[in-house]
Amino acid sequence: MSIAVIGAGPAGTRAVETLVAHGLRPIWIDEAPRSGGQIYRRPPANFCRSPETLYGFEAAKARRLHAAADAAARLADYRPSTLVWDIAEGSLQIAGPDGLGSVPFETMILATGATDRVIPLAGWTLPGVFTLGGAQVALKAQGVAVGRRCVFFGTGPLLYLVAYQYAKAGAHVAAVLDTAPASAKRRALPRLLAGGGALAKGFYYVAWLRARGIAIASGIEPLEILGASQVRGLRFRDLTGGECEIAADAVAFGFGLRSETQLADLAGCRFRFDPLNRQWLPETDEDGRALGLGKVYLAGDGAGIAGADAAELAGLRAALALLSDSGSAVPAARRQWIARRLARSRTFHRGLEQAFPFPDHLARRVADGTILCRCEAVTAGELRASVAGIGARDLNRAKAYSRVGMGRCQGRICGAAAAEILAAALDGEIASVGRLRGQPPVKPLPAGLL
Amino acid sequence: MTGPRAIETTKRADALVLGGGIVGASVALHLRRRGLTAILIERDRVGQRASGVNFGGVRQQGRALIELPLSRRARRMWSNLPQLIGIDGEFVAGGHLRLGRSDADMAVIEQHCRDAAGYGANFELLGRNAVMARFPWLGAIVLGGSFSAEDGQANPRLVSPAFADAARRAGAEIQEGVEIVAGTSEPGAFRLTARHATEYVAPRLFNCAGAWAGEVAGWFGEGVAIKPEAPQVMVTEPIAHRIDPVLGVVGGDLYLRQITRGNVIFGGGEGAISEDWLRSRPKPDVARLACRTAVAVVPHLKNAAIIRMWTGVDGDTTDGSPVVGSSRRHEGLFHAFGFCGHGFQLGPAAGAALVDLAVDGRCETDISGLGIERFLGGAN
Amino acid sequence: MSAAPEGGRFIRLAETGRRRFFITLGDRRIEALEGDSLLTALLLAGSHLRQSEFADGPRAGFCLMGACQDCWVTLADGRRFRACTTLAEDGMALEPIP
Repeated sequence: MSIAVIGAGPAGTRAVETLVAHGLRPIWIDEAPRSGGQIYRRPPANFCRSPETLYGFEAAKARRLHAAADAAARLADYRPSTLVWDIAEGSLQIAGPDGLGSVPFETMILATGATDRVIPLAGWTLPGVFTLGGAQVALKAQGVAVGRRCVFFGTGPLLYLVAYQYAKAGAHVAAVLDTAPASAKRRALPRLLAGGGALAKGFYYVAWLRARGIAIASGIEPLEILGASQVRGLRFRDLTGGECEIAADAVAFGFGLRSETQLADLAGCRFRFDPLNRQWLPETDEDGRALGLGKVYLAGDGAGIAGADAAELAGLRAALALLSDSGSAVPAARRQWIARRLARSRTFHRGLEQAFPFPDHLARRVADGTILCRCEAVTAGELRASVAGIGARDLNRAKAYSRVGMGRCQGRICGAAAAEILAAALDGEIASVGRLRGQPPVKPLPAGLL
Repeated sequence: MTGPRAIETTKRADALVLGGGIVGASVALHLRRRGLTAILIERDRVGQRASGVNFGGVRQQGRALIELPLSRRARRMWSNLPQLIGIDGEFVAGGHLRLGRSDADMAVIEQHCRDAAGYGANFELLGRNAVMARFPWLGAIVLGGSFSAEDGQANPRLVSPAFADAARRAGAEIQEGVEIVAGTSEPGAFRLTARHATEYVAPRLFNCAGAWAGEVAGWFGEGVAIKPEAPQVMVTEPIAHRIDPVLGVVGGDLYLRQITRGNVIFGGGEGAISEDWLRSRPKPDVARLACRTAVAVVPHLKNAAIIRMWTGVDGDTTDGSPVVGSSRRHEGLFHAFGFCGHGFQLGPAAGAALVDLAVDGRCETDISGLGIERFLGGAN
Repeated sequence: MSAAPEGGRFIRLAETGRRRFFITLGDRRIEALEGDSLLTALLLAGSHLRQSEFADGPRAGFCLMGACQDCWVTLADGRRFRACTTLAEDGMALEPIP
């Protein structure tokens, strides 16, 4: 039975580890040159910082995960630096170091991970503006800071983690600005306690930053990224409602994460709107089996944001489901143990969403003149105009008229905000505007390569 | 009648139009202009299927000769799109360049130029040196071509829904999301039954149901064998604008255009179609072949990234040309379907021509070659 | 901790002990260290990667993880690469950035 696993982050790693332990040899495909995914991203092999420096409190987990991945890679048919650009008729279409190829498969585990979720604001396309995840990649995987004077804003645990990592590495962090009010964080405390040490780590990062005089503010509203041909600073409203400006040559922002679901779409998964993630996600049963599809399993942040620890468990669980479905015996106790751990993780993540809510009101209010789709330079106003212009009541129709989602990124960056903006323009719920459909190739490929 | 469900609503009008693509929408618009009440019935959303996702070529060149009179009428309408539907639909008459890659191709091109001239369509024949001098971005595989200055491109995603919108503004009733499951004729009227307890009755019926129209024609004893096709199209990232005309090749395995924003849209070959003909998806190996063909004809495309591919379902007749005209069996029934993937340019005129037939009893445009009778040879 | 070269956006904080080589940007020589992505090398030496096709100004990438597609650059031979997921290589020659 040919099994394909797509993604070499925590979920993919534990899935492949489980499969090879049962004597199977899955095809393991990952876009990155080294395993690890995002949180545990590995710099190029010739870099020398220790895991402690790179991953801080997660160093031990990172070491274990990387060791597991390296061991599993030796026993699997491991294909790094390889993109799956389409899934059709029982084959994966790949583009890798040896050019194009077609990989037939009978069953598949998708562990495609997530990227930052953003809300456009004036000036966000200026040079020097990055996502929080992007700023983290620069530091972790390249040993660079994205600027000499960095401002971080948005919300979510990543905001504090990246700011801390930057400051610890010697970068100048001018401010950490959270849209979530302190009251939201307080109310979420009971749920956050379900996260083991995660809450303590969060407090630690904040305390560490404060102790070094780095300004941290809650309940802010970002107004505009300042600058003409590059970033000069950020204008925002603070808790009291007063407008402030802070100078910066680099701004990194994000509001949580959004799942990468294009391959799940092309594989034929059914999608359902998930209110916690505010995103359409592939529907699975509790073991990760794609509903209504057969032979496809999903694990990790690519099927709903739950964090790295949950991703490892979900990868294990999906592989066990696959094994069980093909006749292997899987002890019920094991499944139950995983289910209990994942239930705790779900509680914690509901806590995170409560503590760091996605500020959908900011998304709905993106000004008409602000660029929404950065690929095609389409403004929020042009998206709103599709309602009258073509009677658009859903994202695909709005895309046909306004071009939002037609660019190189296929809606990865603009999709979350576009849904909020269109729903607001129609005075409806976000679920009612549907979702942008994945189309091959999932990432741009030169015509000459194809 | 299907099933035991009682009919709860009966809607009546002077005319029913089945299908909300560009053809049906044009019919509805022209019916209103002639003062008839019209109900347009569309299974999904107007302009969403072939009419909305096709390549976007607006050409007379390269057509079967029996299509040319209708195509020339359509060309005049394309110039008047703003007056007709309120938008220009990004129609640009940058010309159409039909390319030959072999001596046999060139012979076909030369013959077509001669034949088309007889219909008033003048295409400019270009030998190798001339075509390379004028369009230096062409690849060495090209031996020559013919240029039709009047032809060009438009944006189907805008144009097709806009026709329906114009029809609606003119007073046509547009019913979306309504699936018709049966149609019957009775003395002086046609009755269409929807899946959900509604019937539509009118003395005139326009069958513009796209790939599914052959089956609809069969409800009225005039079934035409339609084979579904799913032309496959892809688009590049925006690149510097160098290609003004729309390109086609003898053989039809490549058609290409560059839009003002810089993206190059091209297609060739066919994707996969679901059993119910309602869904289609691109085939990777077909995409790869189309890319190779495109790069051979326009070499500088090799570095342009493909960012998206799609398909749509259209209907093919057995002779490669559509059915446009009156029913041979029922007074008041009119057909326009089977456009074989090249109906976008014809659509506005096909609709206008059918309304001429319905209201005036005749049509000035010569559509004699497109009659349904050519497919009704034997038993039906 | 090394200081940034003049005009660069990024600054190196660590990992400076790697093999050094050069790439060219038009007629300008730019230093890179083995393991730098093209994006890192270009933004250590300059402020942006390209001009937006739609006249909204310069761009310097955004997500740094291959999702946003904002960082595509062109080599002198016409080939295009996503700068954040492509390693800088000895002797690479890029088209000048407007």
